[in-house]
Formats: sequence, structure tokens, C-alpha cells
Amino acid sequence: MDAVSDSEEAERGFEGRLTPRAGAAISLRGVHKRFGEITAVDGLDLEVPSGVCFGLLGPNGAGKSTTMRMLTAQALADTGEISVLGYELPRESKQSRLEMGVVPQLDNLDVELTCRQILTVFARLYRVPRPQRTAAVDRALAIANLSHRADTIVRELSGGMRRRLLVARGLIHRPRLVLLDEPTVGLDPQVRQELWTLIDGLRAGGVTVLMSTHYIEEAERLADTVAVMSAGRIIAQGTPAELVREHAGEEVVEVYGPPDTLARVAALAADSGWSSRRSGPAVAIMRAETLDGGAPQGVRRPANLEDAFVALTGEEIE
Amino acid sequence: MSASAHSSGAGSQPGPQAGAAARVGRLEPAALAGVMSRDVAIFGRYWRATTFSSIVQPTIYLLAFGLGFGALYHRVGHLTYVQYVATGVVATAVLFSSAFPGMFNTFIRWQFQRTYDAMLAAPVDVEELITAEILWISLRAGVYGMAPLVVGIFFGLEPNPGMLLVPLIGFVTGFGFAGFGVTVAAVAKTIDNFNYITSAVLTPLFLVAGTFFPISTLPAGLRAIAEINPLYHCVQLVRDASLGHLGPYDLGHAAVLIAFALLMWRLAISQLGRRLID
Repeated sequence: MDAVSDSEEAERGFEGRLTPRAGAAISLRGVHKRFGEITAVDGLDLEVPSGVCFGLLGPNGAGKSTTMRMLTAQALADTGEISVLGYELPRESKQSRLEMGVVPQLDNLDVELTCRQILTVFARLYRVPRPQRTAAVDRALAIANLSHRADTIVRELSGGMRRRLLVARGLIHRPRLVLLDEPTVGLDPQVRQELWTLIDGLRAGGVTVLMSTHYIEEAERLADTVAVMSAGRIIAQGTPAELVREHAGEEVVEVYGPPDTLARVAALAADSGWSSRRSGPAVAIMRAETLDGGAPQGVRRPANLEDAFVALTGEEIE
Repeated sequence: MSASAHSSGAGSQPGPQAGAAARVGRLEPAALAGVMSRDVAIFGRYWRATTFSSIVQPTIYLLAFGLGFGALYHRVGHLTYVQYVATGVVATAVLFSSAFPGMFNTFIRWQFQRTYDAMLAAPVDVEELITAEILWISLRAGVYGMAPLVVGIFFGLEPNPGMLLVPLIGFVTGFGFAGFGVTVAAVAKTIDNFNYITSAVLTPLFLVAGTFFPISTLPAGLRAIAEINPLYHCVQLVRDASLGHLGPYDLGHAAVLIAFALLMWRLAISQLGRRLID
């Protein structure tokens, strides 16, 4: 967290990071992870309280997936401390895995098995006692809305159904913590909506959710708290509204025009010290409400999480 | 989407059904059984093809070598050629039904289907995952290793109570070669590299094991190499058991097979483990 000053830390509620709060579902402190020359995670401090939906937002390559893999001990940190559900990793990782569910980014379903067979295998792996296994499988099928496809082979399912089955597989044992790695990547908008409903239902049921995403809208809609990750560390954290207010202000003015106009506006913004970014065919100037009429003419709109994200990471998304 | 199914089921106090009370340890039977239950489910789709080839292959060997060679050489030592080949081909069947699944299934499930990634996110560790996979392959190899004897009986091999030991011998041998296959999969960069192992390692192992001809006819140097071939020890043990000739030498053969199995088991875990966990 070297990049964040002490005062900023205090504002963002980081003060508790050195002593894990009671009831923190996940806590990472000073975690580094290198792959050869590449530093994937670079001094990560993160605390996920119990019972919230926590969004880990960052561009591709920010280290989100590596962080997720470290939480299941499928990647081991070079330095730093990680605890999940009160268990210390990697030593007690098997115990923590027993009590949490994981929905991976990449589809790793057995294509030759039926939905029911896959869920039954995982019910065993998660030690669901034999008398409860059938009920657990039926319940997971119902959550994923796949009861009518229980005996269909995975190869014959649509992409959306496969993704729902992946979620069901991670919930077979009623975990109290669920890790979702890019849960809706590559899905069409309707399927995405369905999954959002499902994730929101989990949180409503008291399950702690840690979700990595690079879709701003996903984080904005679902997450109680969002941590922005860039280059292997957290650079900002707060509710979506706090992040927007803090990093993009209240309003944004978007100036449209031909390329030379846009270049002129961008130069003006730079000279005047305004925070701005290219936004498709326009230049967007942040904190328009503070410019006191000095801003160029354009379309005014409320600031959003994407503005804050770009202001923070300097990177466009999507 | 009926997300409510979860929230209403879980109520305001979600918690694992199996979790909190259960403590997990090392090499747990529940984890091994869970991993193997997947193999069993997959096997349910393929057992016909596997059974077909396990019967047809020794039949072809017996026809080709038995009728071909057998016409020229009626006996090898004091054995008829059918006795010699039918018992020898057990080791071939065990080798092929353990080394190949060890190599191909491991590589496909690990690299292409990412099944192992999914399982390692559950409370299963690398040691359990690999042990269960090897255990499953070797159980299957032990059972299918009987096929050549069954076929041999139709060619005139006499049933013998010692044949009941053959699945056990096949299991131990298969355990070693499954571990060998997993180790190969762990170090191979691509699936094409398996060709090196198949042609340069498995083919000589399978030919120079006393399966089709006795190694005593080989030059001393080659013979010494053949004698460290675990498959040679499997052939000898199977032959002695099936023909009711078990003797003190067979303890040595059994010891070699057990040592090979243990060595390959640990090697498979350390090699694949290194690559499954970043």
C-alpha cells in the first residue's frame, strides 16, 4: 500500500488492516506473488468483512485471478499472510476450502457427465453426508434453474446453462463464502442478468461473496464494497458511490467533436489541471461541478464508477 | 433463476452442511472416494469400448503369435507356447491399461479440461487427487489384466487357482506404470511428446520382458537391462502364479514391483504437484 498516503488510508477505512477485524472472511496482508520476471501481486492488503458482496475491480492483468487462486492455495504467495474464514493459508487451506465455494473464470466442467453426475461428485468432494447428497444436488439444480436438465450431458448445454452449473457446483455444500472469478465474462446480457440475480440472492442469504470482475456495471450493481486493483495492489476502496464522489466528483461534461477539437479540449484540460479522459468519440472532463462555468460546452451527466476507475487506473475498460 | 431457493434454504445463518464439524486430514478416504467417483461415472460411458479392446487385443496376440510362432516353436522351455504367451500378455494388458491412461487422461484432465483445477478448489489436495487417479487406473488394470487368461483358457490354457492372484499382481504393476504415466504427463510440454516415451520406452519395455520370447536368449548386456524392467518381474510372477509354479524367487519379483509402485507414486505426486500449484 506504499502508493496510498496515510491520510487517504484513514479515509478509506484501511486503518484496520494490520489487525484483522473479528469476523473478517478474508484477509491478505503484504502479499507478493511473482511468476518468473512478472510480478502478478505486489504488496496486496485486502480485508473482506463477513456478509458482504465485495467486488475486486481491475483491468486484465491487474492480478485478480492470481489473488483468487491464492485464496484456494492453488497459487502460493511468495511473502505475506493470507487467512480465509479464520484459517491460515496455505497450512489450513483444505479446511477453508471445505467451507467455501469457488466459481472459476474458465469453464472446467466435465463435458462427458450429466449435470446431476457432476454435482454428485462435488457433493462427495465437499463431504456432504450421504443421506443429504440427493437433496443437496436437487437444491443446487434448482438454484441454477437446471432441474429440467438434470440428466443432460454438459456438452449439450448452452453457454449460459454451463455457467449456471458452474455456480451450482460451487454452492452444493452451502458454503458461507463464495469466490466468483469473473462470473459473467463472455456471457450475453440476458444470462448476465440471471447470474446477477443469483449472486444478489446469495448475499441476501448471508453468504459472503468475493467477486472479481472487469465489468464496471457488475461491480456497481452488486458490490457493497469495491476495491480497485491495478498492477498487483489495491489502489482505492469504498462503496461504489464513495469511489465515484472521491475520484470523479459529481458531474462530468462530455465534449463531442471532430478529432482536432477533441485534441484542443484535451490540451485545455491538461493545461488547466482538470482531470479528463478520452471517452469514445468525446473527451470527458471530471468534476464539472467545480469548474464554475469554466468548462467547455458539452453534455453534462452524473459521474459514474467508470469515470472513477479510469481516473484511478488510467486505463480504459472494455 | 431461483436465487431465492438458496436464501430461503440457507436462512439468515448460512453454513456448510458438512463443514464446521468435519476436520480434514491427509489422504482421506472421503477425498479419494470423491475423486474416484468421477472416474467411475466416466467409466460408465466407456466400459464397453474398454472391455471390447481388452478382450480383442490378447485374442489377436494369441492368434498371431500362437498360430504363427506356435507353428514353429511348440514349447518355450517346459511350457507350451499358448501357456507362455497367454500369461505373458497379461503384463502387456496391464502396461497398456495403466501407462496410457496415466499419460493421456492426466494430460487431458489437467491441461485441456482443467478438471484438476476444479477439484483442487474443493477440499482435495494434490496428494489425494493423484493417489486416487492412480488407484483407479490400477484397479482397472488389475481387473482387465485377467482378460488374456480368460482368452487363453479358450485357447487351451488350463485354469489354476493361482490365477486368482493375477488381479493383485496386475494392480501393483499397474500402480507403478500409472504413476510413471502421470509423471510423464507432468513433465511433457505437449501431448505429442508422448510419442518419444511410447516408442523409446514403452515399446522396448513391452517387447523385452519375456512376453513373447525368453530373455535368457538375449546377450548378457541386454539381459541385464531386461532384468530391471518391472514388466519382466510382472511377467514372471503372473506366469508362476497362473501355472502353479510359485517359488521363493517370486518374492523377489513381488518386491521389485512394490518398490517400483511406491517410487512412481511419490514421483508422480512431486512432479505433477509442482505444476498444479503455482
